[in-house]
Amino acid sequence: MDFGPFLFLASLEGLVQSAVLSLTALGLCLVFGVMRVVNVAHGEFYMLGAVLAWWITSLFPVHPAAGFLAALVIGPALVGAIAFCSERLVLKKLDYNPEATIVATIGILYILQQSALLLFGPDARPVQPPLYFRVDFPWFGYSGYKLLVVAMAIVILLASWYVLSRTRAGLVMRATQADGEMARAFGIPVNRVYGWVFAVGAMFAALAAVLIVPIRQAHYLMGLDPLLLSFIVVITGGLGSLRGTIFAAIVIGMSDGIISMFFSPTLAKMTATFLVAMVLVFKPEGLFGIKER
Amino acid sequence: MKAIAGKKSLLLHAAVIVVLFGLQFVLPEYHHLTATRIMVLAVFAMGFNVLFGYTGLLSLGHAMFFATGLYAAGLTVYHLQWGVVSAFVFAILTGAIVSAAVGAIALRTRGVAFMIVTLMFAQVAYLSTLHFTTYTRGDEGLVLPESARSMEWMGLRLNLTDPATRYFIALALLTVCLVITYRLVNGPTGRALIAIRENEERTRMLGYNTFAIKLKAVTISGTLAAAAGAAYALLFAYIGSSFASIQYSIDALLFTLVGGAGTILGPLLGSFMMFYLIDIASNYTAAWLLAAGVVLIFLILYFPRGILGAVRERWIAWLP
Amino acid sequence: MKTKNSRVNPAKRATLKKAGTVAALAAAAQFNPAMTAWVSGSDLPIKVGMQLHRTGIGASYGRWYERAASAAARIINDEGGINGRPLELVIEDDGTDPRRGAEVIEKFATLHKVDVAYGTLFSHVVIGSSPRAGELKLPYYVVSEGHHVASGSLNRYVFQPGITDVRSQVISMAPWVAQNLGKKVTMIFPDFAFGHDHRDYFSAAIQEQGGEVLELIAIPPSESSFTRYLPRIPSSTEVLYHVMVGPGVLTFVKEMGQHFGSNRPQIFGFIDSLEAVDLATPQLEFLEGTHFWEAYPRYAQTGQSEHDSFYRQAVGVDQNGASVNDARDVSTYSHMFGCWETLFIIKQAMEMSGYSSPTAAHKKALIEATESLQEFSEGRNHPQGNKVFNGRIHQSFGHQNISRVEGGRLNVVHRTSIEDGLYEPEADYTLMEL
Repeated sequence: MDFGPFLFLASLEGLVQSAVLSLTALGLCLVFGVMRVVNVAHGEFYMLGAVLAWWITSLFPVHPAAGFLAALVIGPALVGAIAFCSERLVLKKLDYNPEATIVATIGILYILQQSALLLFGPDARPVQPPLYFRVDFPWFGYSGYKLLVVAMAIVILLASWYVLSRTRAGLVMRATQADGEMARAFGIPVNRVYGWVFAVGAMFAALAAVLIVPIRQAHYLMGLDPLLLSFIVVITGGLGSLRGTIFAAIVIGMSDGIISMFFSPTLAKMTATFLVAMVLVFKPEGLFGIKER
Repeated sequence: MKAIAGKKSLLLHAAVIVVLFGLQFVLPEYHHLTATRIMVLAVFAMGFNVLFGYTGLLSLGHAMFFATGLYAAGLTVYHLQWGVVSAFVFAILTGAIVSAAVGAIALRTRGVAFMIVTLMFAQVAYLSTLHFTTYTRGDEGLVLPESARSMEWMGLRLNLTDPATRYFIALALLTVCLVITYRLVNGPTGRALIAIRENEERTRMLGYNTFAIKLKAVTISGTLAAAAGAAYALLFAYIGSSFASIQYSIDALLFTLVGGAGTILGPLLGSFMMFYLIDIASNYTAAWLLAAGVVLIFLILYFPRGILGAVRERWIAWLP
Repeated sequence: MKTKNSRVNPAKRATLKKAGTVAALAAAAQFNPAMTAWVSGSDLPIKVGMQLHRTGIGASYGRWYERAASAAARIINDEGGINGRPLELVIEDDGTDPRRGAEVIEKFATLHKVDVAYGTLFSHVVIGSSPRAGELKLPYYVVSEGHHVASGSLNRYVFQPGITDVRSQVISMAPWVAQNLGKKVTMIFPDFAFGHDHRDYFSAAIQEQGGEVLELIAIPPSESSFTRYLPRIPSSTEVLYHVMVGPGVLTFVKEMGQHFGSNRPQIFGFIDSLEAVDLATPQLEFLEGTHFWEAYPRYAQTGQSEHDSFYRQAVGVDQNGASVNDARDVSTYSHMFGCWETLFIIKQAMEMSGYSSPTAAHKKALIEATESLQEFSEGRNHPQGNKVFNGRIHQSFGHQNISRVEGGRLNVVHRTSIEDGLYEPEADYTLMEL
């Protein structure tokens, strides 16, 4: 294929990747930004979203779109509930000590992953897209649903931007993020906010997974990759900066596709991971973040 | 008082080694083989503990050091036909260099960033075992040749396929590691490490070069992990990518937490307990790793200092 | 459970042990006269330790490996067991992980005290386990299709008698591909050892046919999205050769379809890319008219042999290669027959050598008996077809099938001869000490 169309395809793929990554990383970033907690189980919430989507769509055999819509609502809600419970039952009791919460979320990671294995089995499960059409470009074909994923992700991102910046809930969250002590002094129930933020963070991951699962498949071991990628994005975006995270997700998502055109993909992954570690070491405020503290 | 405590703890550690030595004569065959494996893994966890338990630095990338030793020993034996001893020494040196280099970079960060940086370096290491598949055969891995299964050592012919020899070597490695950790922890460096764990700022104010001390801790910790990796490769004759995966970094953390971070014998106890817990759980459910998750949560909530940590708190204050 | 009393109702003995160990004793053999051949004192079972991918990335294969092995064990027990003793499958999960695999081998050898170990698929588990099997002197019969056994890199205790290795598979099909599909080939394969065997041996074989490989596209392991690799397929490609394993296989094939639409080159795939996947899954319609390698045709062919229908019924597979209980539970038909056939080969070798206890002498005799085997003729015990066995490299060579997707099912269009897949052996395990 010529270079032009090649680049075009890589950009399309990059867009899809960016869309999913924005949502997943936004959840991780929100939790880190507000609670100062690194949630290692984030990838498992993503996995749960996907596996639940498979389970829910299999309960609605009428039309793929009906099942998908149900999954889009019920899946993240269930994941949010699970996350809320684990926050209340575990993280809260640890008083959000950074080391202890990392260990605890590793524990949650295993529990979620292995429970998914027990309940839904070890197979990769396909989910039908709500609607499927093939877009024919002169040089190659492309899944129309993938373009729909990008559109849906943009809608969700806009909606969450609205909630965060224009509603009281958003205000409370931002206040807690800016300064927990001060927020408490102003009568914000910081403790309860943490519970909700943790749940919302997990729901973002689950939403991303429901969107992507008709393209990929639900499998109980699928959580590690999105976790590492989200780490990369959140770090590059400046830990805890929402705008930086979205920007980083777009840059990393787009470049991911394009870099692997030139290098062996394993080498590309190696280089990218190494560079991001270096960013964290030498420029901890991130490449796109605003300096905090 | 202090001297008595010191003597007691010395006796305790000597007793543990003696018990482990004696065990090989009474253990049924399966548990004999398992104990060999666990002792090597325990060395890995003890290395991890130097950094996590005593210095307070949580690395999520220790599999990288384990794999460094594993590959340094395995690849020289496989491709260059090195002898077992020289491969082992080479692996330890490589482990020291790699961990010093990683430490020099990663220690510029602290707290959460340190965990993530080590995690990412380990991911890079894992991917490179896949990328350089021409030499490593990637995830499929390599079987070490017959020639690497025996060695001459001080006029003694040691056959690594013999379970008794293997047990002896694993125990010897564990003993050396125990002595190193014991001396380290009870020496001035150990006290400095603990001071850093408790309050790094204050330690710095007292005139310590905390960076240098932490670097020393990373290097010792990484080198012990590499020694365990090298022993694992040479004793069990297989090297492969999966040993560099994140799972192994978490295993070290798990073993240490269970037994008790910041206690010398904790990782050893933790390795034994977790190995058998998972082995037994696998008889009852396909989701045997569930046990690991439940134990982690339970410990961090109720026994954040692990079994020996709790013992020390309640009963035996002199436990190092 | 393991009562010494041979008069105990065998059905009782066959209850599932909760401990994950399935005793595949002869439940149905209650009235089988052969049972009386179990003389008192020799009713201790022959234990076959099955290393199973119950969890991890190999789990879909594992489920079917267990079914095929259990079915074969049931039949062996119905017919009086091995040397008059019942066969018991002792199953341990290896999590598709080489370290756990090695531990499981130790467990088999020293805790369960099995007579042989058996049934492993993923090559890293085989390779990680084999040194332990060799050192513990435990005969180890794998069903992996990797080239590792035949390459001579393992040891004298490891056998692969039930399934052809990948090197033989690809070289046997290269001539047909070159003559019927095209000579300009682009290969897509996973970027690890299994994929590299495909890359190396198929490239060489197609060049021998006067063809050329235009582009080699290696996909890194754990990749979950493939579209961006597809533009690297040169437009002059006549044949696209694909092989993929792991949980992402369906995504891979779907994305290939989106990419090409109707405007595709000839596509020749290894069925590994679609094992345990339903061909009727939406978006796979584009596969119509493409070709697949199959070791053993998933869809019952016209003129189906009686052995195949017997085998399907025993394992619980319908005419479309899916479970009789659930049409969506598609089998790994091109691999699991290896478990079935290998178990009968173990029985054959044990009976040849008069195997009765796990002593060094008996195991030595068993190894030598297995090595002395030369061919297996098609039949109930070998429903996939006849095979020749090379005792020096411990590897079987059988027929391969090339199937075409027609009307949503796979129809065999070519069956290779065994000679097509033979190559010069590179090793000789029989020279190794036992």
